[in-house]
Amino acid sequence: MTMPLPPPRRKNPVLRTRQMNLPPSARTRVALGLTVCAARGRFALQRCAACGAIQYPPREVCRRCLATTLRWTAQDGHGQLLSSTRLHHANDLFFRERLPWRLGLVRLDSGPSLIVHLHTDVPEPPVRVRVSARLDRSGRAVLVGLPASEDCNLGDDPMLREMVCDPRYRKVLVTDGTTSVGQAIVRALVEAGAELVWVGQAEPWKRHGSGIDRLRELPQVSIVPLDLTNGRSVEALAGAIAGKVDIVVNNAEVHRTFGIAARRGLDAARAEMEVNYFGLLRLAQAFGPALKARSADGVASAVAWVNVLSVFALANFPAHGTFSASKAAAHSLAQCLRAELRTAGIRVVNVFPGPIDDEWNQNLPPPKVAPGALAAAIVQALRDGLEDVYPGDVAQEWLERWREDPSTLERELATGFER
Amino acid sequence: MSRLPYTDVAVAVPITVPYVRYSTRSAHWFLGQALAEMIRAGGLRKEDIDGLAVASFSLAPDTAVAFTQHIGLSPRWLDHIPCGGASGVVALRRAARAVQAGDADVVAVVAGDTNHVDSFRLMLGSFSRFAQDATYPYGSGGPNAIFAMITSHYMREYGATRDDFGKLCIAQRTNALAAGSHLFRKPLTLEQYLNARPIAEPLHLFDCVMPCAGAEAFLVLRSSRARELGLPHAVVRGAIERHNAFADDPVFVRGGWRVDLHELYAMAECSPSDIDFVQTYDDYPVIVMIQLEDLGFCGKGEAPQFVRSHTFTYDGSFPHNTSGGQLSRGQAGAAGGLLGMTEAIRQLTAAADGHQVPNARLGLVSGYGMVIYDRCLCTGAVILGRPQ
Repeated sequence: MTMPLPPPRRKNPVLRTRQMNLPPSARTRVALGLTVCAARGRFALQRCAACGAIQYPPREVCRRCLATTLRWTAQDGHGQLLSSTRLHHANDLFFRERLPWRLGLVRLDSGPSLIVHLHTDVPEPPVRVRVSARLDRSGRAVLVGLPASEDCNLGDDPMLREMVCDPRYRKVLVTDGTTSVGQAIVRALVEAGAELVWVGQAEPWKRHGSGIDRLRELPQVSIVPLDLTNGRSVEALAGAIAGKVDIVVNNAEVHRTFGIAARRGLDAARAEMEVNYFGLLRLAQAFGPALKARSADGVASAVAWVNVLSVFALANFPAHGTFSASKAAAHSLAQCLRAELRTAGIRVVNVFPGPIDDEWNQNLPPPKVAPGALAAAIVQALRDGLEDVYPGDVAQEWLERWREDPSTLERELATGFER
Repeated sequence: MSRLPYTDVAVAVPITVPYVRYSTRSAHWFLGQALAEMIRAGGLRKEDIDGLAVASFSLAPDTAVAFTQHIGLSPRWLDHIPCGGASGVVALRRAARAVQAGDADVVAVVAGDTNHVDSFRLMLGSFSRFAQDATYPYGSGGPNAIFAMITSHYMREYGATRDDFGKLCIAQRTNALAAGSHLFRKPLTLEQYLNARPIAEPLHLFDCVMPCAGAEAFLVLRSSRARELGLPHAVVRGAIERHNAFADDPVFVRGGWRVDLHELYAMAECSPSDIDFVQTYDDYPVIVMIQLEDLGFCGKGEAPQFVRSHTFTYDGSFPHNTSGGQLSRGQAGAAGGLLGMTEAIRQLTAAADGHQVPNARLGLVSGYGMVIYDRCLCTGAVILGRPQ
């Protein structure tokens, strides 16, 4: 049984901060399919469309019938652990610094034999296990063997904690505490065991009854001035806390509901870009390097960057046209951020909610995402180590249509979905 | 259609370029040394070699093709053997057919690798597509992790113990010291074996081969040509190879030898009990046990008992890896696939100074190579004998 993780000890500031050496990240193009699925929390293997054989390692050609249509198909992961080992030696630096390290050989019920990272709680073979796919610190999928039954401390296993971004014992910056979404995120993080949550407030002199004041009652919360439209504000906060932040959650956004013709001039569109796009850029430039420097700093290292985007980033929703454009720009920048932070093992989690149940989506029909549900999805994504999250029924439906064909989705959005 | 026998095929001039732990030379240097020594020892002219088979990992980006220009050779038959630990058997089989058919008269088989300080680690990540996607990201130091799991599974399934593996390793060290090993110069005791530091449980230090630099080589030619050249030689009695056998076995417990074993002994017109010594591929001791079973010396799962009831030194009841094998000589990359072959030729030409198996008339050499994902894929075996 994994012991609950004890609170990390205070860091000795004299000692050198451990640097990150990433685990091997090279994969063939076809093997990236495993990563794409794992980034969304799915364990999928290739299944031959012709004969149904499950393939592993990833292939270009079916090992049984030589057909070439191999589709990534969700697996339940049930299997038998046939053998295991504990490594006491590794040539690779990432593992060398984390020895001993347990590996297993699993025969999946659906056929193939898998080499997996093995959870401490899995008994010696032969025994039933559950295989899942996780992203490792290089941002590439690896397979992990977990105990057949769930345990509340599962995530405290040292191997698994290396794969995920659990907020427990970590210090988090939430960039905007004035919205219902921001407040829900702060509360969810505190509940998840975050040690400290800094909460940004752009215009602290305003008495707007937003509810941010009630966050002050939480002992873990510290309200800080942060205006993403102002480079000096961002730099000032980074100077004070960037070296301590383990997780950034950028939820600040401006949302207006105009297309092109309904609002003349650029003021609304510019305000959206100023926060949604340039704000992210300012924040990333100020906080990114500090996170990268602390990505291997013990069990509560810097670990993740969360962007609250919108499913409208995938395709323009004309009724919220300029907002969609700003979120598409932010999404593109977030891809750049993911590539840059990956080199230090910091995970960028992009969240694409459907319409949120707030004042700016007043005219949209339900289902809408409740702020609490969005916050829960973010915390769960961190605990599972996901990269791409689509909370809400609308987001899930858009995603399905978009994956099938983005061009069709664009036409549907121009006229409304045909049922 | 039954296959053509290996009538009149001889192997001769076994060459070993002394192994070193690390070298600043390239693979070309070691392979070139092997050829030069072969020409000198065989009393040949360079032009007499009209066939060439090369096995090497660190020759890359060069292949056997580039190597011909590097050394200024113009063979009329050329092969590059990518079979790692099975390279000796595989190269011999191909070369044998070439000399039988007259495509070549004298084929030099050379295998070797260099070992720079960091080259082993660098090779691991790009060893195979499956290794890159499905084993290297799991931190295993090369094949240690997967063979640890094969070993652990075999121990549980068939009752092998660390003492059994230790017995094989210690006998090989005794053989290596008698044969004059360059890298390992001290005897190994069971206590040292058992107390060695763990590498990947249940494997400990002396279960693993040491990567090093070196080369091995031998000649393949018709017996009549060997006699013309006045070369002491052994003859090929039978040979088999098989790749990716038993692919649906979830863990490696049996190898491709099993598929073609009857043909091997039928060709050689002998049975396992007639064999005077055996050279197995010993990347890990468990693989030795699996070969003893799959080559017919005992039944599946009986190797632990077989090991307990025999002695494995060159003068023992079952002479095995009489040069010390890779476990006590080092693994010079692809040369490891020829180590058993050169040693068998020495034994059968009475050239095994200080570690000669008494009255050696028939020897079996086994190959096992290329761990692509969860096991080695290439298997092969050859039976060599003294000329009639």
